Amino acid sequence: MDQIIIYKIILCAIVFVVTLGAAAYMTWGERKLASWLQDRVGPDRAGPFGLLQPIADGLKMLFKEEMIPTHSNKWLFILGPSFFMLTACMTGAVIPWGAGFTIDGTFFPMQIADINIGLLYMLGVVSIGVYGIMIGGWSSNNKFALLGALRASSQMISYEVAMGLALIALVMLTGTLNLGEIVAQQDADYAYIVYQPLGFLIFLICAFAETNRAPFDLPESESELVGGFHTEYSSMKLGFFLFAEYINMFISSAVMASLYFGGYNFPFQHELGLEGNLLSAIQTAVFLGKILIFIFVFMWVRWTLPRFRYDQLMNLGWKVLLPLAIFNIFITGLVMYFTGKL
Amino acid sequence: MSLTEIAFYFLSFLAIFSALAVILSKNPVYSVLYLIVTFFSIAGHYFLMNAQFLAAVHIIVYAGAIMVLFLYVIMMLNLNEEQEEKTKNWVKIAAVVSACSIMLILVSLISKSTYNMGKAPMAGDAGLVQNLGKVLYKDYLLPFELASVLFLAAMVGAVYLSKKETSKS
Amino acid sequence: MALVAAGFVVTTMLLTHLLGPKRKTKIKNEAFECGIESVGNARTPFSIKYFLVAILFVLFDVEVIFMYPWAVNFRELGAFGLWEMFTFMGLMVVGLLYIIKKGALNWEK
Repeated sequence: MDQIIIYKIILCAIVFVVTLGAAAYMTWGERKLASWLQDRVGPDRAGPFGLLQPIADGLKMLFKEEMIPTHSNKWLFILGPSFFMLTACMTGAVIPWGAGFTIDGTFFPMQIADINIGLLYMLGVVSIGVYGIMIGGWSSNNKFALLGALRASSQMISYEVAMGLALIALVMLTGTLNLGEIVAQQDADYAYIVYQPLGFLIFLICAFAETNRAPFDLPESESELVGGFHTEYSSMKLGFFLFAEYINMFISSAVMASLYFGGYNFPFQHELGLEGNLLSAIQTAVFLGKILIFIFVFMWVRWTLPRFRYDQLMNLGWKVLLPLAIFNIFITGLVMYFTGKL
Repeated sequence: MSLTEIAFYFLSFLAIFSALAVILSKNPVYSVLYLIVTFFSIAGHYFLMNAQFLAAVHIIVYAGAIMVLFLYVIMMLNLNEEQEEKTKNWVKIAAVVSACSIMLILVSLISKSTYNMGKAPMAGDAGLVQNLGKVLYKDYLLPFELASVLFLAAMVGAVYLSKKETSKS
Repeated sequence: MALVAAGFVVTTMLLTHLLGPKRKTKIKNEAFECGIESVGNARTPFSIKYFLVAILFVLFDVEVIFMYPWAVNFRELGAFGLWEMFTFMGLMVVGLLYIIKKGALNWEK
């Protein structure tokens, strides 16, 4: 038993470091991709291909002056970005990163917390993630920051409803809220994207809105709100706000890959005739590959689509996605009823 | 002391401490934040009782939704110190009197009650999502459907109130 | 996981606090308003529409939460459960239609 606890702590640290590392290199990837799409060179000074750029950026953030505006609420001002970063890191605990491996007859799962209500845990973390932005924006005592925080929180809560409804149609199929089981079910059956194309589309759009990514990056739209909720922030506190966005992107890519694209499973995996541990290692690599594809989609969309207007954003959330998600549940229910999958 | 007991005492301490902080802090925004901490510790208690669904709902609905609403309301209030009105004396006296009477009622009720802490449904899996769903959608069907009517009424009420406000201004 | 993350956050915050230079001036620490002198502060009331969105969000969120135990038991509850939930969702759709018809979510006005 102790062995498992020590292993879980190590796994925690590994997942955390991998998340941070991935997020750091996503900033590099995003800049490279943007430069490629716009026919530029992109970062190429720090190290070969600019590969040391994220480290340089991080160090720069660390050594910058920390500014706290005179009229702000000091502790809330510090709490905002800290909380935002904290919630961004927490969802990684329930994601099954692989099938697990066996050493000397002991089974080590590749999931930190195998809880029954994994999906609800995820939704809970998403729903409290809004406080980091609200506290940060409000405590700055700056009009731009307040507007940005209001927009961000309003947008996040609006799309959370459609996201929850899209997940309900999925849960009707799976019959469980356990993320590990949902992924394991997709080994025997098709990946759930086959049954839930509309649900996936809704979830994808909501994921864009929840992570405040373009085309839904209104909270920080620099042409009208300077920097939105992080206008007054500097040094690592600003770094946390920017960095947490990339972590959120990484985690939501992982969630989409595990819910709709089979997680670590890949087609014909049992026909390869591979041993347990080796297969498991390949599965984890495949999972990371799927995440990478989603991250690419996130960035691709950002550098392709223009930003929405705020009324368009709200209309899309409440008048299009919400009815569509309800319709999706109706259809899923009826189809499951008439095809006898009940 | 077992791990569960340590967790129980820690969460209880946290809940009571943050609940006190809610009423003692001067800034209403801090009050809201402490209230969120209180909700988290209560959700932790639910989790200890193996009521996982209730714990998740507590965080998603109370901490994640209702407190956002509270925070909006407080942010909408004018929090500038110089404009803060002095509370009138008779309001203070009335508050003390009503609080004392509530305290009296609570104390008398709790001392009379035969509620036994040890016999609370600590164990069992009645709080798991599956079992809860079966009970809710078979035995308590009517209250569940009535709840949806209540939601409809609440929606209409909210829209009505806010529309009236906008047409005035 | 939360502990690891919290440890990292606190350490980084302390580090940046200790490492960064501290040259504070009165004007530098004023709230930023595009370089011109700031007028008043940001503790002002804002549009009621945000408030309305928050209320509607609370209502819909609770309804969505109600549907999770049903979705988990969907296969076991069978046809009866399906119609039961359709009734619930029907009322929810009526509410949504009312909100849209009333123009409560129109931001342009």
